[in-house]
Amino acid sequence: MTATLTSTKAEQPVGRRRWAGPVAKYAVYAGIVVLIVVNAVMSSTFLSLDNLRVQLYQAVPVLIVALGMALVIGTEGIDLSVGGVIALTSAVLPLYLGYGVWVAIALAILAGGVCGAISGSLVAFARVQPIVATLSLMIGLRGLAVIMNGATAKPINDSTLLNLGLTGWFGLPQMAYIGAGLVAVIAFVVRRTTLGRNLVAVGDNASASFLAGLPVRRILLSVYVISGMLAAVAGVLIAGHGAYADPANYGLNYELLAITAVVVGGTPLSGGQIRVIGTVAGTIFMQLVSATLIQNNVKNSYEQMIEAVIICIAVFIARESANR
Amino acid sequence: MSDSSGVVLRLDGVSKSFPGVRALRDVSLELRAGEVHALVGENGAGKSTLIKISTGVYTADEGEVRLLDAPVSFTDPLQAQAAGISTIYQEVNLIPLMSVARNLYLGREPRRFGLVDTARMNRDARARLREFGIDVNPARPLRSLALGAQQMVSIARAVEIDARVVIMDEPTSSLEKREVETLFTVIERLAASGIAILYVSHRMEELYRICDRVTVMRDGQVVGSSAMADIDRLQLVSMMLGRDASDLRQHGSTAFAEGRDVEDDVVLRTQGLNVRHTLEDVSLDIRRGEVVGLGGLLGAGRSETARAIVGALHAESGEVAVNGKRLRRRSPAAAIRAGIAMLPEDRKLDGIVPGLSVRENIVLAALPRLSRMGLVQRSKQDEIVSFFIDRLQIKVSSPAQRVSDLSGGNQQKVLLARWLCLHPKALLLDEPTRGIDVGAKAEVQGLIEELARDGLAVLLISSDLEELIEGSDRIVVLREGKVVDNLTGDAVTDDNLMRALAADPSRSDDAQPAKDSS
Repeated sequence: MTATLTSTKAEQPVGRRRWAGPVAKYAVYAGIVVLIVVNAVMSSTFLSLDNLRVQLYQAVPVLIVALGMALVIGTEGIDLSVGGVIALTSAVLPLYLGYGVWVAIALAILAGGVCGAISGSLVAFARVQPIVATLSLMIGLRGLAVIMNGATAKPINDSTLLNLGLTGWFGLPQMAYIGAGLVAVIAFVVRRTTLGRNLVAVGDNASASFLAGLPVRRILLSVYVISGMLAAVAGVLIAGHGAYADPANYGLNYELLAITAVVVGGTPLSGGQIRVIGTVAGTIFMQLVSATLIQNNVKNSYEQMIEAVIICIAVFIARESANR
Repeated sequence: MSDSSGVVLRLDGVSKSFPGVRALRDVSLELRAGEVHALVGENGAGKSTLIKISTGVYTADEGEVRLLDAPVSFTDPLQAQAAGISTIYQEVNLIPLMSVARNLYLGREPRRFGLVDTARMNRDARARLREFGIDVNPARPLRSLALGAQQMVSIARAVEIDARVVIMDEPTSSLEKREVETLFTVIERLAASGIAILYVSHRMEELYRICDRVTVMRDGQVVGSSAMADIDRLQLVSMMLGRDASDLRQHGSTAFAEGRDVEDDVVLRTQGLNVRHTLEDVSLDIRRGEVVGLGGLLGAGRSETARAIVGALHAESGEVAVNGKRLRRRSPAAAIRAGIAMLPEDRKLDGIVPGLSVRENIVLAALPRLSRMGLVQRSKQDEIVSFFIDRLQIKVSSPAQRVSDLSGGNQQKVLLARWLCLHPKALLLDEPTRGIDVGAKAEVQGLIEELARDGLAVLLISSDLEELIEGSDRIVVLREGKVVDNLTGDAVTDDNLMRALAADPSRSDDAQPAKDSS
């Protein structure tokens, strides 16, 4: 309202760094290639199938959580409750294994969906900030899970569940196929469905979306429900892999791992864009960083510091390239 | 240049530019001690920039600001305040959670043994506030006060810090009538004590009641300055809008809207819309094929009317009906389903989704109709998109181009396409041609005419008087949130519209009773 525009040319982004766009898009892929080459040179076992399997067991659950996180971040939100959902899943599973493994898994995923519905309702209807809504769930859910399960970890004996976590088909872990399938589903949702289209629009310009008649609240709710369900899927795989139900320790820091993967993959925290394949690359990249550091006996505390620096750089690049 | 006339603040040839925008051009202004000086102008006239330069929020590119005949150059608002220039914004800018007394004496609290002497501070505050006509417990948190009382606290604070100049930016916009009276009494007292007051408002009644002089701005320039008594409302409005009141242009002098038969059936009926502090009992009918212009000065409630009709602004009461069917739920989504589309005023904020493509922006509102089982039906979508790109001649390299790369005019056409592809029965256009180039403007105007000819009911809001007069079959005039006039047929002229906007007392039926109720 200060002045009329004298120029009606397309508004050029002022002071934006031109390198930032392509860098944000492709840096992570370049990073993956570099790390693979470095590791391959330094270690003879790195390129082995055994090592690939080890890496996948760690990376796939993070990836699945990150897919849901990417959707939430696309709406300019954040979901810190995913670690709590993973804990809750591992507490729910043993309770219902008696009814059959698939019943138990279905109920665990349902529980994740309910958690998502709670945080989603807080965000969409009560207009609580996403970070506050999901932070309270992050703490509360783990507490609830520990109460349900008891303080000690319970062993899991169900063979289907253990297979999901530990065995493979055609040389790759079963969970890798599940992860790949979910990537395909989420990519399809983002690109082809009304929901995918709408949630990006809401994240980009909520006011315009509201005026265009989009069901803004329903969209937000759905996104958190999906994120909760995906976290629960990851929780099932983690429990199967660990062969114990250990809600006190499962899923710790998963919210941070997932957010990192999403951001490093080029999805801006300011919403309005979702990069599904980028998220996959971000997960792989962070897994490679961690593997490289472990392989070279870098202390855990240094590893965390290096990862922190990477996150900062990724956020900086993403901000510079953000198209507003 | 020496001043004997008591000039407190003088702006001399001040210019200010922002990237792509010249906000102020060679602006000069004198504020004298003890006067209430009105600053008026339409949206984008440069009032805010002028205020911000006077208060140190911006620095001038050229020209100088002199306070008591000494050149000053503030680099932040605190310096300006320390030098005696206080600003009262429409939204109170104090600290809501602190006590009234703390707010009044913030940074200058009376001290005792190095601690704040709360008892004395509260005592002083109570006495001080009584002078301003408010009797409250100064220990209460500020936010527990009514808005008018809060504003009074900020004025009291301005006086407390020895203000020489008090700038008031639309101080009455959220006040009740009784509070306005109190404010006026205080303003008179401030002026009597020698403080210079710069008063920004769009309300003619107020200006003529309390202001001594007026400066009119338009397009970043001062177009005139005069004693309030020497200028009548009509002259004032024509200066603000840059139109000569005697320049009679008959409606229908162009092909636009000429000889078109307006059918008799009402498409959009709005009855008794009330929005607190904003709209009062606004009723409006638009018939099939009719373009109804909505006239009014800035702040008269034009955009708010459109937003209230589609349910984007909550109305306390009032009804909206399309083809005789009353809308039960009030939300943009419900309005769209009922066949009402609104092109919002602020293209950037409420219109385009910058990260999405032209294609996705066009079908944004139509997605529910283009989807089956949650999947976007691409062939249907592409058909519609290419139809409207053709029809509106939107210049794009491909439908996949990002909408933020387009020019303003093309972005506006994308938004028009978004609403037209819904096949609405009524179309509300809020400043459809603002900020777009001449060519696109003519195209959009031509399009509006065609759409009406095809039977669409159109509500046209425009600050461009020529566009409003030539494009409308009739004009409903709003003033301070109320419908005050309805110009039809041959009465749709510049002259009549100006008179209606200016609230010429001979036509006005809501004369202000100047009763003192405080």
